[in-house]
Amino acid sequence: MSSILSVRNATKRFGGLTAVDNVSLELGQGEILGIIGPNGAGKTTLFNLISGAMRPDEGEVVFDGERIERMPPHLIAGRGLVRTFQVVKPFSGLTVFENVMVGAFLRRPDPLESEAHALSMLEFTGLIPSADRPAKGLTLASRKRLELARALATDPRVLLLDEVLAGLTPTEGAEMVEVVKSIRDGGVSLLVIEHVMAAIMALSDRIAVIHHGELLAIGKPAQIAKDPRVVEAYLGEEFQIAPD
Amino acid sequence: MRGRPRNAIWAALAIVAGLLLTQSTWWDTNQTVFAQAVVSGLLIGGVYSLVAMGLSLVFGVLDIINFAHGALMTIAIYVSYLLFLNQGVDPYLSLFITIPLMFILGVGIQRFAINPVMDAPIHNQLLLTLGIAIIIENLALVFFTGTPRSIELSYARNEFDLGPITLDFPVKVFGAVVTLPKLIAFIMALLLAALLYLLIKRTQLGAAIRAAAQEPEGAELVGIDVRRIYTITFGIGAACVGAAGALVIPFLFVSPTAGATFNIIAFIVVVLGGMGSIPGALVGGLVIGLTQEMTQLFVSGSSKLLGVFVVFLAVLLFRPEGLFGRVQR
Amino acid sequence: MSRLRRIAQASSRDLMILAAVVTVLGLIPLGVSRFTLSVATTALIFALAGIGWNVLSGFAGQFSFGHAAYFGLGAYTVAVTLTEFSISPWVGLIVGGVIAAAFGLLTGWISFRFGLKGAYFALATFALAEMLRLTFNNLDYVGAGIGITIPLAGGDDWGRIQFEDTPSLQYWVLLGIVAVSLVAVIAITKSRLGSTMLAVREDEDAASSLGINPLRAKMAAISISGFITALAGGYYTQFLLFIDPDLAFGPFVSVAILLRPIIGGVGTIWGPVLGAAILSVLGEVTRSLVREPPSFLQVIEGVNGLDQVLFGLILVLVIIRAPDGVLGWFRRRRQRSAV
Ligand SMILES: Nc1ncnc2c1ncn2[C@@H]1O[C@H](COP(=O)(O)OP(=O)(O)O)[C@@H](O)[C@H]1O
Ligand SMILES: [Mg+2]
Repeated sequence: MSSILSVRNATKRFGGLTAVDNVSLELGQGEILGIIGPNGAGKTTLFNLISGAMRPDEGEVVFDGERIERMPPHLIAGRGLVRTFQVVKPFSGLTVFENVMVGAFLRRPDPLESEAHALSMLEFTGLIPSADRPAKGLTLASRKRLELARALATDPRVLLLDEVLAGLTPTEGAEMVEVVKSIRDGGVSLLVIEHVMAAIMALSDRIAVIHHGELLAIGKPAQIAKDPRVVEAYLGEEFQIAPD
Repeated sequence: MRGRPRNAIWAALAIVAGLLLTQSTWWDTNQTVFAQAVVSGLLIGGVYSLVAMGLSLVFGVLDIINFAHGALMTIAIYVSYLLFLNQGVDPYLSLFITIPLMFILGVGIQRFAINPVMDAPIHNQLLLTLGIAIIIENLALVFFTGTPRSIELSYARNEFDLGPITLDFPVKVFGAVVTLPKLIAFIMALLLAALLYLLIKRTQLGAAIRAAAQEPEGAELVGIDVRRIYTITFGIGAACVGAAGALVIPFLFVSPTAGATFNIIAFIVVVLGGMGSIPGALVGGLVIGLTQEMTQLFVSGSSKLLGVFVVFLAVLLFRPEGLFGRVQR
Repeated sequence: MSRLRRIAQASSRDLMILAAVVTVLGLIPLGVSRFTLSVATTALIFALAGIGWNVLSGFAGQFSFGHAAYFGLGAYTVAVTLTEFSISPWVGLIVGGVIAAAFGLLTGWISFRFGLKGAYFALATFALAEMLRLTFNNLDYVGAGIGITIPLAGGDDWGRIQFEDTPSLQYWVLLGIVAVSLVAVIAITKSRLGSTMLAVREDEDAASSLGINPLRAKMAAISISGFITALAGGYYTQFLLFIDPDLAFGPFVSVAILLRPIIGGVGTIWGPVLGAAILSVLGEVTRSLVREPPSFLQVIEGVNGLDQVLFGLILVLVIIRAPDGVLGWFRRRRQRSAV
C-alpha cells in the first residue's frame, strides 16, 4: 500500500512540555488510520502539525511527495489535505448552506456548480432539512456533521477528523460511523482521532496509540487491543472505553 | 496589568538620549524653547494620563471602545465651571462633587445602556458610546451654546511661602514657564494615578476587576458578578474624567467639545501604555504629551497631533500590547 | 465569461430588487424641491460610501473607523486632477478610486501582516484618516486648510459632471454609479470572493482550513471597499464644488459613512441604501421639527443642537433595540415566526 501522507520524527514543544515527541506515521492510500490516546496525549497537536496550523520544532510532514510542514494551512488545504476541529468552528453568522458553500467554492469558482456540490454534501451528511438555518442554532451532532460536510465539500484526498464522535448519543454516533465509512469508500484517506474505543476499533484499518506525545504502538485493531503497553497506559489514565 | 520595569527604563533612556542629542549649538540658542516644550509636554501629559487611566480600565476590562469618555469629561467640566460661576466653589474643591457624580453617572450608563450590548460586535458598542457622546455634547450646546468660556483663579499668580523656598507663580524652570493650575493638575493627576493603582492592586475590588479583565468566564466561576464589576469599572473610568474635568478648567476653554479633544489622545495613550495598565497610562500620557510638543518644535508647520499619530501607528504595528501590556498574541 | 453569466443567473433575484429600488429612487427628483433634491443627493453619496465600507467591514468583518481616508482621497483626486491638470472628473473619479485602493492595499497589507484585528484595526484606520487630514491641512499644493474650489462650468456640462440647469441630472448620474456599485456588490456576494470574505469574517482559522488565504481575502476587500468609497468622495467634490480637509477626512465623515450601513444592516446588500434613506428622512424631520415646532413644543424653536440630541437618542435606541440594523431586525422576526 503506497502512503499518501507521512509524518517523520515530528516533535512539538510548548515551553517545557513536549506535546508531540518524535512521532512517525504513514497513512496509506484509501486507509483509515485511527489515533487514540488519553486526553492531553498530543493528538490534536499532531493534527495541528500536519495541517499547518503549527510548525513542528523538528521533523517533517510529507503529503503526496511534497514537504508541507512549513506551508500555511490554506495552501495545505488547497493541495487536498483538510482537517476538522475538535472544538467545531462553524461560521456561526452564516446558514448551514453558506457554510458548506465556503468549502465547495475551493475547487469550483462557478457558483451554480458549487451550489449543486454543496447541496449534495448536505444530502450526504443528512443536513438538507437545516440547510437554511443559521449555523449558530444547531445541535452538537448537527454542528459536527456540518464541520464534516464543509471539509468534504473541498474534495479532500486526505481528511483529518478530530473526535467527530465525542459527545454524540450512540445512535448519532452510529450514523456518523456510517458516514465516515462511506467517505473512505469514496476514495478519501482518513486520519481519525477518537476517544470512543469501540467505534474506532470497528472503523479503523490500523490504529496508532499516542501517549505523552510519543507513539506507543501502531497496528491492526486486534493487536492493539491486546498490546500490554497500551492496556497499561490506559489503566493508569482512567481511559474511557465507553462513550460519554 | 503587570508593569514592565524594563520598558520604563528604555523609555527613560530614550528621553535621556534625546536630551543628550541636543547638546549642540542648537541647544544654546533654543534652550528655553526646548525647556518650555518639555515642561509643557510633561504637564499636559499628566492630564492625558489621568484621562487615559479611566479609559484604559474600561478598554482593558470591558473590551469596548468608549467614545463617550471625552463627553463625560465635558460634563465634569461644565459641572465644575457652573459651581465656580454660581456658588463660587473653588475648582479643586469641586473635585469632591465631580468625582462621585461622574462615578454614579458612569454606573448608570453602563447599567442601562452598555450592559445590554456587551455581547454585541465591537461596532455596536462603539456606536452606542458615540451616540451617548453626541447626546451629551449637543445637550451642552443646547444649554450653554458653543461659546467658549474660561475662568481665572484669584490665586493663580500669588506668591507661596513654602518654608525653605518661596514660589512666585508663574515660576520658571530652566527658563520654562510653569503656571500654578497646570502644576496642580499635574501633581493631582499623579496622586490620583497612585490611588487608582493601589485600588486595583491592593483591594479586593481591584482583584475582582483584574480577574474580570483577564478571565471573565473564570471570574464568573469563582463567584464574581462580572456584570457588576463591569458597571463599577465604568463608574471608576468616569470618575477619572470627573477629576480631570475639574482640574483642567482653570487653564482650558470650557466648551461642548472640550472633553472630546482628550478622547482620541486618551485612546492613543491607552494603546501605547497597554490596555488596562495604570502605570502604562501614566507613562504613555507623559510620552504623548512630550511627543506632541516635540512635533511642534521640530516639524515646523505641522499639527502637533501628526507626530502623535506616527508614534501611535508604530506602537500598533510593532508592540500592539503596549509598553506595559501583556503579550496577547 | 460564462462564469460571469452564471453569477448573474445566481443573482437574478437581487438584480430584480435593484431594478425596483433604482426605479423608485430615480423618481425622486420628479416631484421635489431643489433643496430636497440636494438632501437626496447627499444621502446617495453617503449611501455609496457606506456600500464601500460595508465590503470591508460588513462582509469581510474588518471594522474600519477611518473610511474618511478613502473618501477624502477620492474627493481630493477629483479636485486636483481637474484644477491642476484639467482632467475630466470622470477620469478623476476612476483615478481617485485607484489611488484609494492602492492606499488600502498598502496600509491593509501592513496592518493585516502585523495581525491587527478588532478594536486595534479600527483605531489604526482612524489614525490613518486623521494623519491624512492633518497632512492635507498643511499641504500648500492642495490648498492646505483652505481647500480647493472647483470652477463653475456654467450650464449643463457632461464632461465636467456639472448640471447647473438640470440638477436632477446630477442626481441621476450618481444613482447610476450607485447602481453599478450595487451590481458589483451583488456579484461579489454570489461569487467565491464573497463567500471567502464571509468565511474570514466568521472564523479565520476555519477559513484557512478550507483553503482560504485570509490575507488575500482581506486585501481584496479593502481595495474594493476603498475604491467604491473613493467614488463617493469624488462625487462629493463635484456636488459641493469645493473640498477641504475636514469635509474630506474629518472624523465625522468616517462616522457618517459607517452609520448608514449599521443602521440599515451590516453585511447586507441593501443595508447602506436603506440606512441612508432612514437617516436622511430622520435628519430632515428632526431639523424641521426644531425649525418649526408644533405649538406645544414652541420652546425648542431654533435651539441649536437639539436635532443632534434627538439623533443621538435614536441612534442609542436603535443600537440597543435593533443591534443588527433594520434589515437584521426584520430577518430575526421572520426567523422567529418561522420556528
Ligand atoms: N497552543 C498550546 N500552547 C501550550 N500548550 C498546548 C497548546 N496546545 C496544546 N497544548 C498542550 O499540549 C498537550 C497536548 O494537547 P492536545 O494535543 O490537545 O492533546 P489531545 O488532543 O491528545 O487531548 C496538552 O498538555 C496541552 O495542554
Ligand atoms: Mg484533542
